[in-house]
Amino acid sequence: MEIIRGRKISSGTAEGSVLISHDPLSFFGGVNPETGIVIEKGHEIEGVSIKDKVLVFPHGKGSTVGSYALYRMKKDGVSPKAIVNVECEPIVAVGAIISNIPAIHRLEQNPLDFLRNGMKVRVDADHATLEVLD
Amino acid sequence: MLDGSEGYAVQKSMEILVALGEIFSAEKLVKISSVQVAGVSYHNLGDAGLEYLENLAKLGARSQVITTLNPAGMDLENWRELGIDEGFAIKQHKIISTFEKMGIRSSCTCTPYLVGNRPEKGDHIAWSESSAVTYANSIIGAMTNREGGPSALAASLTGRTPYYGMHLVHDRTAQAKVLVRAKLISVADYGALGFATGKKLGNKIPFFVGIKQPTLEQLKSLCASIATYGGTPIFHLENITPNHTPIPTETITVENEDLTNAYEQMNDESTRVDFIALGCPHCTLDEIKKIAELLKGKIVTKEFWICTARQTMRLAEEHGYAHVIRASGAKFACDTCMAVAPLKGRFKVLATDSAKACYYGRGTNNFQTRIGTLMQCVNAAVTGEWK
Repeated sequence: MEIIRGRKISSGTAEGSVLISHDPLSFFGGVNPETGIVIEKGHEIEGVSIKDKVLVFPHGKGSTVGSYALYRMKKDGVSPKAIVNVECEPIVAVGAIISNIPAIHRLEQNPLDFLRNGMKVRVDADHATLEVLD
Repeated sequence: MLDGSEGYAVQKSMEILVALGEIFSAEKLVKISSVQVAGVSYHNLGDAGLEYLENLAKLGARSQVITTLNPAGMDLENWRELGIDEGFAIKQHKIISTFEKMGIRSSCTCTPYLVGNRPEKGDHIAWSESSAVTYANSIIGAMTNREGGPSALAASLTGRTPYYGMHLVHDRTAQAKVLVRAKLISVADYGALGFATGKKLGNKIPFFVGIKQPTLEQLKSLCASIATYGGTPIFHLENITPNHTPIPTETITVENEDLTNAYEQMNDESTRVDFIALGCPHCTLDEIKKIAELLKGKIVTKEFWICTARQTMRLAEEHGYAHVIRASGAKFACDTCMAVAPLKGRFKVLATDSAKACYYGRGTNNFQTRIGTLMQCVNAAVTGEWK
């Protein structure tokens, strides 16, 4: 089992299967807040649900309201279980923290390169690690 | 604070600040003396934002330093006359009362420095609202990054902010000299200057040379415009602004034709105006006095909003300006403005003296825009024609 170190954004621990997006993501306008399905036209993961996934993407984008949108998704049970960013920015950071979703970034290796959709991983944000479980 | 010993709201706020410090490579947090919170309009916050705020208030969140709010989505008292629907008003009032529960002053204005939230030179503060940030850094000499709504709120609830960017003297150094050869007269001219400079320099920090003793209103206009069209959180004016900076070697000039070009880009073709809005940023008492003088004895035929802080409107009432303005049919829009109120579809052509209002009028509300002097705007309100 491989353990990759990163840096903590939002504390907590979660296990789940990886969903990768090479495109940046906006939680406000880009994701249906009731279903967790990505709705942005032409987005790499358009039509895919982020619910209960370990969501791996470069960084957030769009309106700062995205932080609150993520909070709402968590309350409605359609948010990701954990977030792994290449380089986090304030919208995702604030959203993850207020929603109690573990989040890490700046991994030793680019997660978009070594992770694959469906891989089982464990994100331990308190120790700033990502563990590949299978 | 981070361990939760001071409650969940403080713990979450500290986590936000520490994460932002991580993102921006801040070495520490710094104590602050003032906060301006954006993200107040229900139009922007939505139900998700309201829920989050209510949860924080319920968990005992309390502001630690003087904190004021950005404009809301409506006049908190006179919303019916301004055509806001009741459902929106109920939610907006909930948002405001939730902020009040946290000990935040419900002055909803983009000009907090005019209504008692006025830091001093060298103060570390955490402000949102790009025009106010630029005013605080450049004109007052206080130190603040451009905060978002949640990060400003977190700063208010802890009295701290990450120490990076505009909090470091070095990062406030001018990066390009701007030789102003253009003639500047009106408030709108300073908006056009901000447009021209912003388009040329992007977010580089300008050192303006050749500007003589501008008024508060002209500076407010320049701050709003340059932050909107360029993105810099600070600029320097030779012999006027209080920050010391080495003078950069890179030099650009702004000529009369640059201003003409800026006006051309901000003006659409239509001459039939159906909405006139002044006060972006919010009108000062002196601007309201001038508007009253121009409106005396006249009747307006188009919807005419004078956007200002409620406290400034009260002063205008005491001085008799408000009576003259209301007698003409023009309306005060306190606590709000043309950029954050839900106005899409209600009007087609906006007339204003603000370069920033042109940007948001087009971008947020799909208005065509006309920009000019106070007198041009008042005349348009009376005749419906832009001249």
